[in-house]
This record gives sequence, structure tokens and C-alpha cells, in this order.
Amino acid sequence: MGAVLAAVLGASLVGCSSTGGKRAEERAAQAAAEGRSAVNTPRWTFAMVTHSGDGDTFWDIVQRGAEQAAVKDNIKFLYSHNDEAQQQAQLVQAAIDQKVDGLIVTLAKPDAMKDVVAKATKAGIPVITVNSGSAESKQFGALTHIGQDESIAGEAVGDELNARGRKKALCILHEQGNVGHEQRCAGAKKTFDGQMQNLYVEGTNMPDVQASIEAKLQADKNIDAVVTLGAPFADAAVKAKKTAGSKAEIDTFDLNAKVATALQDKTLGFAVDQQPYLQGYEAVDLLWLYRFNGNVLGGGRPVLTGPQIITSKDAAELAEYTKRGTR
Amino acid sequence: MSTVAGPSAPAGSDERLLRTSPLRKLLGRPELGSVVGAAAVFIFFSIVADSFLRASSLGTVLYAASTIGIMAAPVALLMIGGEFDLSAGVLVTSSALISSMFSYQMTANVWVGVLVSLLVTLAIGAFNGFMLTRTKLPSFIITLGTFLMLTGLNLGFTKLISGTVSTKSIADMEGFDSARQVFASQWTIGGVELKVTILWWAVLVAIATWILLRTRFGNWIFAVGGESDAARAVGVPVIRTRIGLYLGVAFAAWVSGQHLLFSFDVVQSGEGVGNELIYIIAAVIGGCLITGGYGSAIGSAVGAFIFGMTSKGIVYAEWNPDWFKFFLGAMLLLATLLNAWVRKRAEATK
Repeated sequence: MGAVLAAVLGASLVGCSSTGGKRAEERAAQAAAEGRSAVNTPRWTFAMVTHSGDGDTFWDIVQRGAEQAAVKDNIKFLYSHNDEAQQQAQLVQAAIDQKVDGLIVTLAKPDAMKDVVAKATKAGIPVITVNSGSAESKQFGALTHIGQDESIAGEAVGDELNARGRKKALCILHEQGNVGHEQRCAGAKKTFDGQMQNLYVEGTNMPDVQASIEAKLQADKNIDAVVTLGAPFADAAVKAKKTAGSKAEIDTFDLNAKVATALQDKTLGFAVDQQPYLQGYEAVDLLWLYRFNGNVLGGGRPVLTGPQIITSKDAAELAEYTKRGTR
Repeated sequence: MSTVAGPSAPAGSDERLLRTSPLRKLLGRPELGSVVGAAAVFIFFSIVADSFLRASSLGTVLYAASTIGIMAAPVALLMIGGEFDLSAGVLVTSSALISSMFSYQMTANVWVGVLVSLLVTLAIGAFNGFMLTRTKLPSFIITLGTFLMLTGLNLGFTKLISGTVSTKSIADMEGFDSARQVFASQWTIGGVELKVTILWWAVLVAIATWILLRTRFGNWIFAVGGESDAARAVGVPVIRTRIGLYLGVAFAAWVSGQHLLFSFDVVQSGEGVGNELIYIIAAVIGGCLITGGYGSAIGSAVGAFIFGMTSKGIVYAEWNPDWFKFFLGAMLLLATLLNAWVRKRAEATK
């Protein structure tokens, strides 16, 4: 027993890695901005309620941005999420009960959020919508909307696919019922000259995502492009492509560390980034500006954070930022 | 022990006629463990979360509890009857989709859609019960099948009919306002907003408790869940009881589905997956045995209340929601252990 323990300890001492791991992460964290408030406004509480599922990388980045702005602006930042419309509405209600000073919500399922957002504005809580819901934001009484116009983003993908000479593409939807996702695929279909099909997968179950894409690629060998709507799914699509023996190019919405490296070594064609960090950061910062100075950005129109098309050229620079979790 | 009502028991020194003390009776109640648990959770969040005790927060917590509790009551009855229904979660969505799409496509009065939905939902419940009693396969498998089929049908039909994954709004159609009054209205009592689902919940739990404790059908449920072969031997209509239980779940799914539809005007076809487990958890926290034959409808209400308190309490306490599922799981374990312990004590003193 003792010998085994000694061996394990010895191995962990000798077997130090000079790259990656926790130590590299800590170094990166040190390089990030110091956490100190830059203003002396009262400590307001802002709550953010999103339609994210559990453990979603995208929303983690949004949260990072929001937290960074919260530190700077002396804000107490609360975050909650649920991917079921009814549950998300209840969480917003809970934030109203808490009498927060500002509210940030996503309108992925706008009809479910209508009443509760109205309740918030009636209670005098300024609301900013982020990510999805640019069409409904103003109508629901939100100050402004920060996000990407999903149709425009989709159209950008269609154009890019044309430029790359693709003929038959597959659009992978990982959140059933998300209007924004439907708009992305519809937008891409609109500008894409070739054929485009939608494929629904269960986003919270990665092996299922991979198997579904694999089956589709095996069934139809003519598919030469696969567009996933979230960064983690691009990786699953790459694996599916390999096992299916397909030659399709994998492209994706959103960015993460893996996507950045995959863009560099060209396993991915391009990525469409909507800059989630900005969505969190700006939402908190704009709420602070509204509270402090009555400022509203956007002039009654959505403030766009995307689409930004990223190819292998830009990837090297961004790879570093993705590793620290801010891109 | 099942409590089949036989012909009047012969008088004399029968052990069944022994009087039990009120305390011992209380200890024998299946929901006791959950009531203790609910009190503990309530006190806990009252201390750690400032906004938990506000009147408006109570309304939110009760609403969250009611949306679970409406389904948990019939699911508890079903579990006492010894069966599961894994399709209960998506059946709610199906029910909402049916009334929404029927009304819209037929341009009919919304109430017509609501009634059609009731019939179809009950038919699906009957199908579950019928398949179960006919094939004698475990209900786990049968309802897992319906669960998957309904998930597919929900999405498939919605896309086919509406062209998108959600239904079109029926808010401007005739009958919508009155239906909304019934399924999704709310009143303000003393500054607290109470949703009508709380009323539905209370009524359903009351009916379920009455059926369970005061009717012959209730005795049949206990008998079927305790030992179905023995129950059949003494003349309990096992098949009818089981189908009846599935119809109960379907009815509650219809109520929840209509609430979903009339509070949001639009229904998302992909929702409801996973909720069936939440209903089962509420019933188990409330003292239902997985193996059947034991449990209560009031317990399911307490279980739903614990669930509502925890899910919203974590938000009020301003904790990181990443840990929510952990607390839920820990609570489930604790509740089950407490139940088992209380029951053992109660049986030992019999």
C-alpha cells in the first residue's frame, strides 16, 4: 500500500507538465483585469435570467463578461437560467420579488416572457434583453436589446457557404423551440444557392448529437457542408464526419478554445461569432449607465454584437482569449 | 398491508379492531417524513434568503409548486397502484399542442380545441393503461415507449402544421379570454399574486385524497399496488383500476397543458422532457414507495411544495444555480431515508 502511494506521489512530482494544465490557467488569470470597482455609485443588484441549459459554454462566456462589468461598476450580479420557458419566467418573477435594480433577460421564447417582463417594467425595474429577441424587445418595454440579429447572421453564413462553393448543407439545431436558431437556419437557407436541410439533435446529450449527424452524413454522401449552431457541437460534427467518412466541411456559429484551434489547423472552415462576452458585459454596463446617467444605447434599435466571420487567418490571435474563457 | 374492504369483520378480540393511539396513527402516516422535511426546508430558506419570506415570494413559490403538484397528485396515485408513467411530462406538452393547433387550424372557438384536447389526452392515458394490462410488460417500458413517441409526434406534427417548432398564437381567437380565466388567471390577495393553478392543485389533491381514503376505488389502488395477484383473487378489478389511474394522470396533464397554453398563448413543441421525473420525485419525497402499495396524495403536494421552495429558494438565497440539481438529489435521498426510517419505527410499534 505504502509503496503504491509513494509511486503515485513520485510520478506526480516527476511527471510535471510544462505546458497547459492548471498552472497555465492561473497565469492567464493573472493577466486578466484586476477585480476592483472603478466607480463609487451605490452597490446596485442586477439579475440576469437566461434560457441556457445546464453547463453551456456559451453562457459561461456571457456570464464572464457580465461579471467583469459588474466588478468595474460596483454591481452585485446574480445569474440564473432554465431552458424551459415556464421555468425561466418563474425565475424572472423571483428576481422581481427580490426587488433587483436591473434585469437582463433573454427572449428565446418571447411569448412566455411577455407578461413577466411587463411586470418588471411595471415594478420600475429597467430591463435589457440580450442574445435572442431583437424583434420583441422594444415591444415588451425593454430599454434596448444587445445581441446578434439571427437572420442577418444566418444570411452571412449562406453567403460564406456560397463563396466557398458549397452545394448541399446541413443545419444542426440543438435547442428545440429556440426561435433564434430557426431564424439562423432560415437566414442561411435564404442566401445559400445550394440545398439546405435542418437536422434536430438533443443538445444536452453529446453522444446523441454525434450519432445523429453521423447517421445523416452516412445516409447522404452529397452533403458537403455542416453548419452547427453552437461551438461544442462543431467538435461532435467533426468526429461524426470522420467516422462517417464524409468530406463535408464543418462550419459553426460561436467560438470556443477548441473551435479556435480547429480553425487554425483547418478542421473547421469558418466560425460565426456573436461575441457573447460583449452581450454580458454591455448589458450590465448599459444598465449601470441607465441607473447612473439615464443613458440608453441603440436609439430604439438593437445593438448588434455580431455576426463576425472568423477564419483560419484570425484564429491564432483569438485562440489565446478563448483559452481564458472570454471569447 | 393492503386494506381491502371485505364484508364487515366479525366482532370480538380481533387484532384489526384494536384502537391505536392518535400519536401512533400520526407516525404511521406516509406524508409525515415529508412534512418534517418541508418545515426544515422552509425554516432553512427563511434564515438564509432575505427575500424568501416576502409575501410576493410566497406567491411565486406556490405557483412553482402548483405546476408540479397538479401532476404529482395523480402520479402519486399511480405509484401507489404500483406503476410509473414516464410519458407524463411530454403528455402535458402534447395536450397543450393539440388544443392550440386544433383551434387554430379549424378556426374554431378555443373551447372546442380544449375539449378535443381533453378527449385525445384521455385516449393517450387509456392507451398507456390498456397496453400495460394487455401486454403485462413493466409500465416502465410501455410508458417509455409512449414518452418517446409523444416527443416525436409533438415535434413532427407541430413542424408539419405550423411550419416552425412552436404553435401560432391563438390569443385573438374567440373563447381565449374565458379559457384563460379558467386555466391561467390570477388574483391579488393582500398584495400576493396567486395563480389559478394553486386552486386546481388544491382541488386535485383533495379529490385524490378523497378517492384514496374514502372510496372503494381507493382501496383497489392500494390492493393493486400491494399485491396485484392477491387483489385479483379477492375480486378487485385490476385492469379497470390501472386504466383509471392512467386516465387520472392524463386528466391532470390536460389541466397543466391548458395552463401552459393559456398563460403563454404559444406552445413550444420540445418542452416537457424530464418533467416526468420531477413528478415522480415529488411523489417519492411525499412518501410514495417506488414498489407501490403505500403513499399519499397530500404527501405529493408536500413534495411539490418542497420542490417549489428549493428551486426558488436557491434563487432568493442568491446562490449559484449550478448546484441546484445537487441539492435536489441530496434532498431526494434525505427524504427517502427519513421516510424509510419513520415507516420502520411506525411498523415496529404496531
